Amino acid sequence: MSHLFGIPPQALFGQLLLGLINGSFYALLSLGLAVIFGMLNVVNMAHGALYMVGAFVAWLLLTYLGVGYWGALVLAPLAVGAVGLVLERTMLRRLYKVDHLYGLLLTFGLALIFEGAFRHQYGVSGQPYPIPELLKGGINLGFMYLPTYRGWVVAASLLVCLGTWFAIERTKLGAYLRAATENPTLVQAFGINVPVMVSLTYGFGVALAGLAGVLAAPIYQVSPLMGSNLIIVVFAVVVIGGMGSILGAIVTGLGLGLLEGLAKVFYPEASNIVVFVIMAVVLMVKPAGLFGRER
Amino acid sequence: MTMQTRDTLHEGIVMYGGSPKILLAGAGLLLAVLAPYALYPVFLMKVLCFALFACAFNLLIGFAGLLSFGHAAFFGGAAYIAAHVVKVWGWAPEFGLIAATAVAGLMGLVFGLIAIRRQGIYFAMITLALSQMVFFLALQLPFTHGEDGIQGVPRGTLFGLFDLGQPLTMYYTVLAIFVAGFALIWRTVHSPFGQVLKAIRENEPRAVSLGYRTDRYKLVAFVLSASLAGLAGGTKALVFQLASLTDVTWQMSGEVVLMTLLGGMGTLFGPVVGAGLVVTLESYLASTSLPVPVVIGCIFVVCVLLFRRGIVGELLHRLPGKGNR
Repeated sequence: MSHLFGIPPQALFGQLLLGLINGSFYALLSLGLAVIFGMLNVVNMAHGALYMVGAFVAWLLLTYLGVGYWGALVLAPLAVGAVGLVLERTMLRRLYKVDHLYGLLLTFGLALIFEGAFRHQYGVSGQPYPIPELLKGGINLGFMYLPTYRGWVVAASLLVCLGTWFAIERTKLGAYLRAATENPTLVQAFGINVPVMVSLTYGFGVALAGLAGVLAAPIYQVSPLMGSNLIIVVFAVVVIGGMGSILGAIVTGLGLGLLEGLAKVFYPEASNIVVFVIMAVVLMVKPAGLFGRER
Repeated sequence: MTMQTRDTLHEGIVMYGGSPKILLAGAGLLLAVLAPYALYPVFLMKVLCFALFACAFNLLIGFAGLLSFGHAAFFGGAAYIAAHVVKVWGWAPEFGLIAATAVAGLMGLVFGLIAIRRQGIYFAMITLALSQMVFFLALQLPFTHGEDGIQGVPRGTLFGLFDLGQPLTMYYTVLAIFVAGFALIWRTVHSPFGQVLKAIRENEPRAVSLGYRTDRYKLVAFVLSASLAGLAGGTKALVFQLASLTDVTWQMSGEVVLMTLLGGMGTLFGPVVGAGLVVTLESYLASTSLPVPVVIGCIFVVCVLLFRRGIVGELLHRLPGKGNR
């Protein structure tokens, strides 16, 4: 039992854990994308950039104001959410009446601005962010060693994902939200302020990205480019899962993270492209995505 | 006598009114022929390569309504093919370009078969994801030499006659390639096939109900666009004697979207104008301390919010009685 399929179990579990962590970020980010897309019909290309902004806010808070991890965990998503509210109110709002592609192009431009500005200011090399005191060290699970912080990231993002799912599918506010997605005019006629709801949805979606950024800061270094390559994988995840479904986004995110981890063990060369290959196969078999509905 | 003069004058006006595009194209061509005597040829060749790339991209977004966010895969992928074939296999440049175009067309076929299963935003995301796969392949495959790229690509001798090492010879070759590609796009847009594409853009279900197999039309348009983007990429590899990762990044896909958007989507000349402006702007910014992506991003935002017709589109719109594209 010292080897599973010719792979030492430590390596296998280690990569699976890494995959699970990546999967948690995929899940958090694709969840935000799905929430935004459901309400606004906008593919938020700035999502990766706002994830990076979240991580940077945490780093800036620590470096200049001495606010630690736990403070940043609350403040950074709020800050990113506020940025989102401003963007929605001033720019995205004007594009709801034209082709949805313009929303994608606008947010792409915004992503370039955010990334370019941070890169100009802080360079491409990453800034280290320390793991909070409480979550240092690790637990020996018997078959592998689990660093506490990584376990916390997986648990926290699962909790946030499930909380979001519960809020949207099982509460009154969520019911309004889903109704407004189906028929905004009718919901407005019932006296619910749909434009405010749309703004808050965008703010919430990007706040999730900001939260993911703070969670990621101690694992990956805080760098201006941390979001730009991640987000394309997340897009592929969203295509695989199907845009409409909240639960689909969570399950697909975690599953693909794990699959990537497995690919790193058994065929490392393919680990970067495995998600895209799966996307192509899913599109051939089920064009609407695994959990999506044909529109 | 006076009558006759008035008639010819009138005729002249009618003729001008009937084909301003031809006249404009002629004037542009004349300028392009004379340009290398006033401007740096390598800069002009860069403009021409990107102009062809943007025109190829515009064939999809402007005339078939498909936003591909992965065209860098064809542009940069073909650049690698051209560079490898010419440098390592020692093929003549014309065969290098043919190989680059053919491979880009094949890639377009594969991408197209997968991507045209979804429309609109999904189409954009799928092409983006597929092109990112090509980026990782370019990073990892041995023949592309990873971060270094393929350097020192020889320009060679075209048809065994023209030494492309001469800047002017190279320039006129690039110009000829651009004109041929542009003419092909022009012809395609004004053909019955182009009309069907426009019908699909305006109302796909109606085109289907009229009996057109819209998927096939879209696929052919996609392959054509990919091939021409490949031709542009292959040419760029010869001009700069380099194929590198920059040309396969998704930022490059975004750049060609910007060129087309800025110049005017769905206009024939828009992408050329847009490519010229963006390349000029970038080479200007390179000498300042302003961060290029921020400026490019700002132009994107301004274009999308205030200026969706683009420069040429706006001009056409303002021309009295000439609202047609």
